[in-house]
Amino acid sequence: MIGLSHYLIVSAIIFSIGLVGVLRRRNLLMLFFATEVMLNAVNIAFAAISHYYNDLTGQMFAFFIIAIAASEVAVGLGILIVLFKKHGSLDLDDLANMRG
Amino acid sequence: MFENFIASIMTIEGAAFYVFSILTIGLFSITVMSKNVLYAMTSLAAAMVLISGFFFILGADFLGVVQLVVYVGAIMALYSFAMMFFDATKDIKEKTTSNSLVFLLGGLSALVLVLMFAAPIYSENIQALYPMHEGVGNAQDVGMVLFTKYLIPFEVAAVMLLVAMIAGIILAGKKMDESLTEDMSADDEILIIKDEK
Amino acid sequence: MENLVYVALFAPFVGSLFAALFGMSQRQIFVGVIASGLLAVSFISSLLLAINLYTTGNVIHVTMMDWINAGDISIPFGFVIDQISVTMMTVVTLVSTIVHIYAIGYMDHDKAFNRFFSYLSAFVFSMLILVMSDNFAGLFIGWEGVGVCSWLLVGFWYHKPDQTREENPSISPSWAANEAFIMNRIADLGMLVGIFILYWNTGSLQYDVVFAALPNLDDAVLVTAAIALFIGAMGKSAQFPLHTWLTDAMEGPTPVSALIHAATMVTAGVFLVIRSNPLYGMEAVAGVSFFIACLGTFVAFYAASMALVERDLKRIIAYSTLSQLGYMFAAAGLGAYWIALFHLAAHAFFKALLFLGGGNVMHAMHDELDLFKMGELRKKMRGTFIYMTIASIALAGLPPLAGFWSKDAIIETAFNEHTYVLWFMLVLTAGMTAFYSFRQVFLTFFGEDRHTALGFHPHEMYKFVLAAMSPLAVLAIITGWFMGGYKAFIYQIGEGVQYEMSEHTHHLATYLGLIVIFVAVSGIILAYFKYARTGKNAFKRNEEKEQGFFYKLLINQYYVPKIYEEYITKPYAMISEVFWTKVDLKIVDATVDNIAKFFYVSGDKTRAMQTGNLSNYLNWMAVGAVVLLVIAAISAMLV
Repeated sequence: MIGLSHYLIVSAIIFSIGLVGVLRRRNLLMLFFATEVMLNAVNIAFAAISHYYNDLTGQMFAFFIIAIAASEVAVGLGILIVLFKKHGSLDLDDLANMRG
Repeated sequence: MFENFIASIMTIEGAAFYVFSILTIGLFSITVMSKNVLYAMTSLAAAMVLISGFFFILGADFLGVVQLVVYVGAIMALYSFAMMFFDATKDIKEKTTSNSLVFLLGGLSALVLVLMFAAPIYSENIQALYPMHEGVGNAQDVGMVLFTKYLIPFEVAAVMLLVAMIAGIILAGKKMDESLTEDMSADDEILIIKDEK
Repeated sequence: MENLVYVALFAPFVGSLFAALFGMSQRQIFVGVIASGLLAVSFISSLLLAINLYTTGNVIHVTMMDWINAGDISIPFGFVIDQISVTMMTVVTLVSTIVHIYAIGYMDHDKAFNRFFSYLSAFVFSMLILVMSDNFAGLFIGWEGVGVCSWLLVGFWYHKPDQTREENPSISPSWAANEAFIMNRIADLGMLVGIFILYWNTGSLQYDVVFAALPNLDDAVLVTAAIALFIGAMGKSAQFPLHTWLTDAMEGPTPVSALIHAATMVTAGVFLVIRSNPLYGMEAVAGVSFFIACLGTFVAFYAASMALVERDLKRIIAYSTLSQLGYMFAAAGLGAYWIALFHLAAHAFFKALLFLGGGNVMHAMHDELDLFKMGELRKKMRGTFIYMTIASIALAGLPPLAGFWSKDAIIETAFNEHTYVLWFMLVLTAGMTAFYSFRQVFLTFFGEDRHTALGFHPHEMYKFVLAAMSPLAVLAIITGWFMGGYKAFIYQIGEGVQYEMSEHTHHLATYLGLIVIFVAVSGIILAYFKYARTGKNAFKRNEEKEQGFFYKLLINQYYVPKIYEEYITKPYAMISEVFWTKVDLKIVDATVDNIAKFFYVSGDKTRAMQTGNLSNYLNWMAVGAVVLLVIAAISAMLV
């Protein structure tokens, strides 16, 4: 039988992959992708918990996370486009102009 | 342990879980590692579809559909359109962070999370707050809860999406040939108002 | 009547603030005049209160406001006008008024004239709070207030440089001020402990509540509280071994010495014992009371012995103050509280007069205080001469002047209590008192003219100053006549302060009085033969005698200040030095410095993290998140 732990472990692995992406990449677009990966990992965990505890709350949270992800992408991409127009690049190393 | 694995893989549900897991993990790894944006995005989209498969296995039909519609349909479409502004065919040249740190942190977090989740969870005293109903479709069940208990968050989310939409349009759409931050017209308008006074 | 209480209390305060306004400016006569006027107002109010109390017998109790209300502590700013406090108020305001007027003349040439009046009025205000308060907290505030004013006024001429102990036993005004303040602080700690003990065990600081609760307390608690409170009284009233500050305090201007270090502040200790008479009168603390009486007698004798050889005019008077305080404590310790209070009042009048007269002499002699450089001043300073003689007779205790009645009553009390050793000592001291006070009078005003040769040209004080002193002179003469009336007045309080001689003593009273008079007169006659005569019998210094053991012992104040310096001050300074260099600099300061250094260095090092590159920030965020995760995992495992 597939238990809750199986799903949670898969979710954890995917989350860590997303984390590796966030750590590794310097391109803003790729960072967005990595963020999506992490959000989806969490969604899996929510859906699994909802299923195994027979409770709808987990699914509700997953819905709201999807909604937030959608708005984040809409605004984030808009900003990316503006940034790209201004700098001609999406590499964080090129955008570092706040050196303390 | 191994027998369990064999036994679980023999069921349809188990087989589907393992297939989906391996494929999602692989596709997401490509997303994160790939140098080509196009590959990354394609694998991301494919992984999203597979994740909706997880949802279907878990009986969250409505959530699976939403995942397909919103993520694969809308968000990925947004990405692909956005990508048109950037040069997508070129490989991304970036200085990646040193691998040792990345894998240390990623591996450590994976290890810790897996350890935590693999440990037995004491769930006897957890009570379902909004239990699912027998013989009622998932979509109906979700609708009942969403429009009663979660109505206000739902409406707020709707407003948030509207705001995000407007923001996206303004950021990406208005006077796309001009820089937003170097816009001098605002100053001109102020000067005009002053002159009128 | 309540308004009168506030007028009496706050008029000096207003005067002080008014004078303080002009503290930094040039000498303004009107500042002194207004301060004196406000004091006179305060005096009249006090007198009216006293008359009201005498005629109606109603004790006035006012609560101005709640002062501290925290948890179980409730300390109102309350004042009580009963027979004890009204006596003190009248005496304090009367002497203060006269001293204020006197100071207008005396401080004539001083640049800090206005500042002086501000301090002096502030002192009176503090003293009034001390005596009028209806609780120990208010008493303590007044107690500290007079301490501060005393410090300010003793060190009034703070600019004078330090001298060696041989040149000037008091070293310098600022040194003397510090000595007085520090010694009082030591004693105040004892007093504070006493107040705490009483509060701890009775739950209140109000006199009436505390005293009502006393019979329910343990003997040990009562004795400890009595001892602790008396330690406070010892400091303020300069009883042995905390007495050295009083003579050194003579470095202050003479009006200050007259007001603070003779008439009022130093009697606060006696006042405290009298005020706490329900405590000191208890059976359980009889030992402490007897100790007070013995210590008082000892100090009376001890101080008088030092006055015998002293050459400094003001220091002689200071010793006599010390000695008279000893008398008061002897009476209070033996239970004759009203006699102690009466002697306090009488003493205030004649001692202030004596001091102010001494101030006149000092003024005339351009701050020269050595008796051996005076002589035959009576022709040039007739008024001062008369005043000082009256005061000295009162001090020596000859009838019918004030000092006789009160001092005789104290000596009689010692006889009545069958403490014949104390009685003998007190009688002996009375003789010594007569001797040294007339030694001083004769050396100053009689004998050969020694000052002209040294280039002094004394002149009499201003007329208005002499006129202002006249009430004191009158009171120094007549106060004793009202002893009976005063006794009836103070008996209204209740049994605590009542004291009657036994039948046996009553029969012998006349003989006892005669003994005292005889001893005093012999002291005066001895002084006359030794110091007053002119011609070939004139007084000459006997160098050989001045090298004698006893003379040196007395002139060096039994070497007590030296002992204090060698065995307390110097080791203390050494320990302080060690603590400063070893503990403070190397541990405390170093710790604080290192904390600051740690933050500075860590900030400097971690500044490199702020690269401005978002990717780096993300990495750090991930590091933080993973660390938190690990901590959560570990804590989950431990639980």
